[in-house]
Amino acid sequence: MADVLALELKGITKTFGSVVANKNVDLKVKKGEILSILGENGSGKTTLMNMVSGIYYPDAGEIFVNGENVVISSPKDAFKYKIGMIHQHFKLVDVFTATQNIVLGIKDGTKFNIKSAEKKVKEITEKYGFIVDLNKKIYEMSVSEKQTVEIIKVLYRGADILILDEPTAVLTPQETRKLFDILRKMKADGKSIIIITHKLHEVLEISDRVTTLRKGEYVGTVETKDATEQSLTEMMMGERVELNITREEPKNPVERLVVDHLTVIKRDGTVALDNVEFNAYGGEILGVAGISGCGQKELLESIAGLQVTTKKSSILYKPDDLGPQQLVGKTPKEIRKLGVALSFVPEDRLGMGLVGNMDIIDNMMLRSYKSGRGSFLNRKQPKGLAEEVIENLEVVTPSATTPVRRLSGGNVQKVLVGREIASAPKVLMVAYPVRGLDINSSYTIYNLLAEQKRNGTAIIFVGEDLDVLLELCDRIMVINSGKITGIVDGRTATKEEIGLLMTKSVEREDKNEQ
Amino acid sequence: MNSKTKNHEPLFHIAKRDTLPMYKSWAIRGLAILFALIVAGIVTMLLTGENPLKVYSTMVSGAFGSSRRIWSLLQSLAMLLCVSLAVTPAFKMRFWNIGAEGQVLIGGLATAGCMITLGDKIPNALLILVMIVASIVAGAIWALIPAFFKAKFNTNETLFTLMMNYVAIQLVSYFEMLWENPKGSSNIGIINQSTHAGWLPTIGNFEYLLNVLVVLGLTIFMYIYLKYSKHGYELTVVGESENTARYIGLNVKKVIMRTMLLSGAVCGIAGLLLVGGTNHTITTTTAGGRGFTAIMVSWLAKFNPIYMILTAFLIAFLEVGSGAISTVFGLNESFADIITGIILFFIIGCEFFINYKLHFRSRHKEVK
Amino acid sequence: MVATFIQRAVMQGIPLLFGSTGEIITEKSGNLNLGIPGIMYVGGISGVIGAFLYENSLATPEDANAFMAISIPLLCSMLGSLIMGLIYCFLTVTLRANQNVTGLAITTFGVGFGNFFGGSLIKLVDTDVPSIALTTTSNYFRTTLPFAESTGWFGKIFLSYGFLAYAAIIIALACAFFLNRTRGGLHLRAVGENPATADAAGINVERTKYLATCIGSVIAGFGGLYYVMDYANGVWSNDGFGDRGWLAIALVIFAIWKPSSGILGSILFGGLYIIYLFIPGLALRTQELFKMLPYVVTIIVLIFVSIRNKKENQGPQSLGLSYFREER
Repeated sequence: MADVLALELKGITKTFGSVVANKNVDLKVKKGEILSILGENGSGKTTLMNMVSGIYYPDAGEIFVNGENVVISSPKDAFKYKIGMIHQHFKLVDVFTATQNIVLGIKDGTKFNIKSAEKKVKEITEKYGFIVDLNKKIYEMSVSEKQTVEIIKVLYRGADILILDEPTAVLTPQETRKLFDILRKMKADGKSIIIITHKLHEVLEISDRVTTLRKGEYVGTVETKDATEQSLTEMMMGERVELNITREEPKNPVERLVVDHLTVIKRDGTVALDNVEFNAYGGEILGVAGISGCGQKELLESIAGLQVTTKKSSILYKPDDLGPQQLVGKTPKEIRKLGVALSFVPEDRLGMGLVGNMDIIDNMMLRSYKSGRGSFLNRKQPKGLAEEVIENLEVVTPSATTPVRRLSGGNVQKVLVGREIASAPKVLMVAYPVRGLDINSSYTIYNLLAEQKRNGTAIIFVGEDLDVLLELCDRIMVINSGKITGIVDGRTATKEEIGLLMTKSVEREDKNEQ
Repeated sequence: MNSKTKNHEPLFHIAKRDTLPMYKSWAIRGLAILFALIVAGIVTMLLTGENPLKVYSTMVSGAFGSSRRIWSLLQSLAMLLCVSLAVTPAFKMRFWNIGAEGQVLIGGLATAGCMITLGDKIPNALLILVMIVASIVAGAIWALIPAFFKAKFNTNETLFTLMMNYVAIQLVSYFEMLWENPKGSSNIGIINQSTHAGWLPTIGNFEYLLNVLVVLGLTIFMYIYLKYSKHGYELTVVGESENTARYIGLNVKKVIMRTMLLSGAVCGIAGLLLVGGTNHTITTTTAGGRGFTAIMVSWLAKFNPIYMILTAFLIAFLEVGSGAISTVFGLNESFADIITGIILFFIIGCEFFINYKLHFRSRHKEVK
Repeated sequence: MVATFIQRAVMQGIPLLFGSTGEIITEKSGNLNLGIPGIMYVGGISGVIGAFLYENSLATPEDANAFMAISIPLLCSMLGSLIMGLIYCFLTVTLRANQNVTGLAITTFGVGFGNFFGGSLIKLVDTDVPSIALTTTSNYFRTTLPFAESTGWFGKIFLSYGFLAYAAIIIALACAFFLNRTRGGLHLRAVGENPATADAAGINVERTKYLATCIGSVIAGFGGLYYVMDYANGVWSNDGFGDRGWLAIALVIFAIWKPSSGILGSILFGGLYIIYLFIPGLALRTQELFKMLPYVVTIIVLIFVSIRNKKENQGPQSLGLSYFREER
């Protein structure tokens, strides 16, 4: 009995167009264990699990559930084999309540009855200790509440194999701990759990075994107790890679930005930024840490002139050649002209900053097409710039006239960051610039930022990964529910310290904490 | 249930394609049209009992049979193309303007209004100038109203522009009775029949040449506008990604309104050409459904004004040709719509085979 | 007078109600079917063809039997609308074509189809009747409830319609119940809101879209059938149905995607449509201006809903978009 595997994959291959996402991957999951699937971004972890959960269909390979060869051609098939996946981007209907989302898609032959469904849901929540308001609509929920709903949804279906895709990416360290407790309870309950992640310490903390993927291929599986951060890194990377980012001391920092009383109230009346105050210096990288959606986006947008701020807000910019400039009230274009650049890498990469269906040249023009007289476009200069960026940042592309949609994620980001840096800004704001990049591409970006810092640019870096923030930034500012809860020294601060600042209660009460 | 589906594997599987080379995608479209013609031929044969070849030759001769027919085909082509050009910048911006019908009508109504009220009061050249301005302004305003609400409150433009069509139709209907001639006919009749005041000039003996030339000019203008002008670039960015447009500091609202102004203005010109150039009257059917057909013309041409000449030609040919079928074989004139519909279904459907490919299952041939 | 007005408004409203109920069900699956006007034409003419063939097969009108006279046109109408719905689904769901373009092509085809057969049916069947006037079958469709005549204003307002009118209201209520109270309704709404989520939850997105759109088409087709067989006394006239199809789509917004609100909305629209007849002393041309009312009201509602921007009052989130599971 113990020998029968909960899930086994043999020789799974999947391609998208010309991109090979998974090549001949094998995987074994035992009953009642927590298995981590480790790999860099873009190594094919999510694609592989999507095939188990029926979102994608493999080009080749076989799947065995409880020793039985099965075909999973839709999510429905996956449920049939008691497999449930919690996707990184939650699959929830915004205008439905939690309960409605939980019972969605279930046809058990009984009469449809929300009330009796609620009772069953309550049993699950009590068993594992979830706290969630079942009648709340999804669009009113926080990220962690949504994740809870997703997990209940999978359990409600009686899943025995749970797949969680980057479950901690959006959680605070405290929320993460809570989640891990629940996962351990489920494991004790005999369920098999697969966690997709690229965070080494979490792998070591929670899992029993670790399977590593690299560039879509299976590398190997080890027992967690035999693994160390170093050994796992080697598996993930292939060869030993120096993890340190070179961080120089800021050279004669000059005050560039003075932000005072910055308050942003959203259209629906909620406060996105509350009396934010900080300074940014040239030659320094100022990191911004916080749970996603705590006002990072609004902060950067306010400085770039894309947000309406309240009257008392003040953003003073101090260039070398002019006197202090008040940025509040200026248009985005004027602010750019003064040398304040924003490069925001959104979750879907192409959503902001680049236009997927346009080629690299036309994308280079996005910032500069207005310059020059007349009502016609000048494509000569952007063409030169495109070629420069392609060469300097080693962008892999057939030509400068290839639509950026057809480039891989890393190359898209290089194009984006390359364009921003090309304008030689005095203040460079980057948000999530390494989102979805492999380690090598990430380092190309880090090095670019370090170079800008050396040139005296004031850099504001919004990141998700605390490890990277701690290694890259000179100072780290923590934002929590629109408030700055602290600014710490990047060289001496610890993750726990930052995590605490990220979650320190500011009005926002957190029931999960107690 | 369980055992039955266990080894069931989908018969085929759909995957997205990389971009197809140009010649292949056009081959697919050509094939689709061929299939469509075959199906349309069969339908015609069933309804008329005629030999399909004869049907097609009727279509061709109906469209090209004489110089008069060719001119009338050119006129249909020009007017359809004109409206298609008008809706294109809006579509490129992903603004679904299905109100071209109303915008054309309002342009035509403004033209007719000028002709009727100012007919003998001002010199002809001035009158024509006033007509041009009036039609353009009228069309532009009609398009600006939904654009304003879209920009300001994100009001659904598809339904808004659609409703504006009917408001325009009722307005025309009202003025038809206000300006009826002769009294009691509820029709405007030919405006200024004796004086020809406000009739657009004809070039040589060619009644439709002016229209054709104007539309040709508009085609070139639109091509350059979309591809090489800053405005064209901006509206493409807005259409592709509004977030990106916002991030580069584009005033999205302004672009939406400006583009719709242009869209409406060109519709106004179409109204001017129809009323001042060819019909010299206005009825509620002056736009003749072109506002809707134009959407398909523009979409089929992938919003490229040059390709649009081809797609507009195809549709115009179908309409004129199947019109000929209905007269020759004594069928109702709506027969043209049926044929056009069938062919459109095929062309719309064939895009799938350009963007996706089918993998047929073969790897599990052996029965387990 | 008031009773007559309400009665006429209801009769005007019923085709719109069918159309909008059908379109609501369709839109709830994420399909914006602009082919509804064409489908309503097809629903109407298919019924006419059925009734015409049936009447022509009778030796004398007295041979007609109520069951056949109603079920033949009804089935023909359903078949016609169903085929149109299938074409739309095949193109937009299976082949993932643009919904707006497909819908407009359906409308072109459907209106053409209706007018073609309306004009050529006699010639095609080769009979010697002067025009299509299906009085015999129409009478069955127009049979009102008992006591309609004898109960004064009450009978006029509530009892004086053919069975299809009551069917329209029952179908609308049933749809409202289905959408809000049943598992199938929940699934349908999920597909229209977020097909990827529905798919991941094990709902067959393509099948749901097919079912909703085809059922919606059939319901909308009844609107065309009601119009010819009941409202127009069985007389088909080309373009007679006019722009009611578009008005039905407008009604969907007016009713903010709620079939039950569609019932009152349709009567209101019907009233607006004919109010010019009941305002004394209007010049003929001013009447034309009054005919704008339903459209203007729709525009105002459209603006109002977008300004309020309340999540529950918006259309389905994925309306107008095709879904492809492996989209990356």
